[in-house]
Amino acid sequence: MPKIQIPSPLRQYSGKQASVDVAGKTVGEALAGLVLQHPDLKRHLYADDGKLRAFVNVYVNDEDMRYLQKEATTLKDGDTISIVPSIAGGCEPEIEGAVHDALIIQGCYGHADRR
Amino acid sequence: MATLTDVKSSEAKSPEANSPGPQSAPVLSNDEILRYSRHLIMPEVGMEGQQKLKAAKVLCIGAGGLGSPLALYLAAAGVGTLGIVDFDVVDYTNLQRQIIHTTADVGRKKLDSAAEKLKAINPFLSLRTFDTKLTSANALELFRQFDIVADGTDNFPTRYLVNDACVLTGKPNVYGSIFRFEGQASVFATKDGPCYRCLYPEPPPPGLVPSCAEGGVLGILPGLVGVIQATETIKLILGQGDSLVGRLLLVDALGMKFRELKLRKNPECPICGTHRTITALIDYEQFCGIRGQEEPVTGGNLSEISVEELKKKLDAKADIFILDVREPHEYQICNLNGYLIPLGDLPKRVAELDSSREIVAHCKLGGRSAKAVAFLKQAGFTKVHNLTGGITAWAERIDPKMPKY
Repeated sequence: MPKIQIPSPLRQYSGKQASVDVAGKTVGEALAGLVLQHPDLKRHLYADDGKLRAFVNVYVNDEDMRYLQKEATTLKDGDTISIVPSIAGGCEPEIEGAVHDALIIQGCYGHADRR
Repeated sequence: MATLTDVKSSEAKSPEANSPGPQSAPVLSNDEILRYSRHLIMPEVGMEGQQKLKAAKVLCIGAGGLGSPLALYLAAAGVGTLGIVDFDVVDYTNLQRQIIHTTADVGRKKLDSAAEKLKAINPFLSLRTFDTKLTSANALELFRQFDIVADGTDNFPTRYLVNDACVLTGKPNVYGSIFRFEGQASVFATKDGPCYRCLYPEPPPPGLVPSCAEGGVLGILPGLVGVIQATETIKLILGQGDSLVGRLLLVDALGMKFRELKLRKNPECPICGTHRTITALIDYEQFCGIRGQEEPVTGGNLSEISVEELKKKLDAKADIFILDVREPHEYQICNLNGYLIPLGDLPKRVAELDSSREIVAHCKLGGRSAKAVAFLKQAGFTKVHNLTGGITAWAERIDPKMPKY
């Protein structure tokens, strides 16, 4: 069964698990299985149109799936899928201003009605 | 040499300030030969390599978590010219990981504190300090004065700015980044190698990836990653070994695992691909969505309450339900006796709240609780307020005995 490595920024949405075993013949199926098991991950990995978000990189073993067959890339037993998000830290000063907050709301609660 | 109009550059001359021409290898004094003897006896470095180090000019962006070990080791190793860009002041919470600064430096400019340590380690170092924020207006001119740029910054706009400026000036970008127990390192923007945009064409929207300040970081991790950056910088200067060009090194300190992923130059990369659409520096804060969407916020209907007002209401025994949306480990540090529901759990635990009562939500600084208030209002709560400035404001203005973190 392929294993999906969850990076620490996203572990709060995967029940704190560092890796999740999922069934799936392709990367797309495995990722669909992952968000089925952990629905909170969905909005972090997929945009509203159902496509993987542009800043989420998915690797099969050490290869970027963009240079394989993307989500149609077939998986073998023992393959490891890694989700590699961008992290910026060198370590960041806390930004919790009102402006930032509303953006976070939009990010986290994409349907927030801003009026 | 180009001069920076809006940048204060102070140049500390080394004792051997006989500034050799760009072509001629600088000569090492007897003191330097002794100092670098453990390099000189290695065939991979030797006299030639040490002279390359002395001739090299490296620019460190930031004198923080990554910049501390990076600058200390580069200075010790004999890199001739080190530039540092930073406009920040040493804060008490920096000391857990920013090892170039000491307790006595709290309140000092990071540049002054760093300069003192670096010159103490190696008086032969020529140090150039730039007391400024790196911006689209100054980056190109600054980068042109150096050979290699080491990125120790802490935010996405600066990451993209450093990358783009490196690509446009043709300077390698020695990259390191950290979060909690994990780090990433690579070398971007070399002549034939991929750049940061090849890997991440777009930044995440603000807030989707928690910052270090929200997520924390293990104090030794910037040490581990910053030293990897220093190693890569020195290898680039020496022209030795296999650099991280085309590889992303992932460091997992908790599992103590180092993995690497293949990176490729993306032919469609907007700045280093075949059809380039970015040919000059842009507005990176706008690109990362940090500006330009202020309208809905200032016009937003978040109802705020100050810590003074809350104190008054509590003293008057008003019926106030305090909702703490921080994490349990933060609650252990200090709390207002509030009811704890971490922000991430709020959607599924909203039924625990009574919408008929007046609710004051708070977090550490007011950011997460503003999200909670917006969420609750959407869920039909009407009497819900955000505590402005969070429990930190309470500790500062109401209860000075309460710890701040």
